Amino acid sequence: MSTRRLRFHAEPFVWLAFSGGGVLAAVLLPVLAFLFALAFPLGWIEPPSHDRIAAVVGHPLTFLVLLGAFPVILVHAAHRFRYTLYDGLQVKHQGLVAVLCYGGALAGSFATLVYLGNALTG
Amino acid sequence: MSDDLLYRRPVSVWWWTRKRTYFLFVMRELSSLFIAWLVFFLLLLIRAVAHGEAAYAEFLERAASPWLVALNLVAFGFLLLHAVTWFSLTPKAMVLSVRGRRVPPAAILGAQYAGLAVVSAFVLWLVTR
Repeated sequence: MSTRRLRFHAEPFVWLAFSGGGVLAAVLLPVLAFLFALAFPLGWIEPPSHDRIAAVVGHPLTFLVLLGAFPVILVHAAHRFRYTLYDGLQVKHQGLVAVLCYGGALAGSFATLVYLGNALTG
Repeated sequence: MSDDLLYRRPVSVWWWTRKRTYFLFVMRELSSLFIAWLVFFLLLLIRAVAHGEAAYAEFLERAASPWLVALNLVAFGFLLLHAVTWFSLTPKAMVLSVRGRRVPPAAILGAQYAGLAVVSAFVLWLVTR
């Protein structure tokens, strides 16, 4: 019993990140995707100047918000895609799938840290 | 009992194409792939912005290429599917009560759409002002 209580379970934390990431993806991502993936490249809205966007992206608050949000959204996506592969496509290599999904989220989180850090204007 | 001793009726990989609700369920779950893509796309934007004016202009130009526009349109559709289904699911997954009274599901739903509107308006103001 005591060893059972001491054992660390990662699953509840992954589910917590899944919920948090689901909310963040639903609330924060639509406007970012609409502006930067569609409206600005296609000229529906005049894109911001480089100075303007560099100031926004390089602001410490942007750094903190996106460094908090992107990794959680990536864990959400990894967790959901893992179960899509298990249940939807009935992929058998469950260990490998988990490693690839969460590994991808981890790599993306690291990239978030590096790219946001490089963009920091201080 | 070991799992190996249980008989499992084989299920076709295409089980979810047989009913509309199953199909929508799998599409909803697949939104995760497109959400990950959009985060990756935004990371590339951040990288381009950090590299300077020319890299940022090149990023916007590349993002306007037909294949990327098509992919991003599909991804945006999946993102909206995620948002709508996620918002409708929240009142069912989370029962809130204030002073012993249950907060009506419509209020939770409305609060989330209000949150989406406020965040969207703020980001739009921040990057285009």
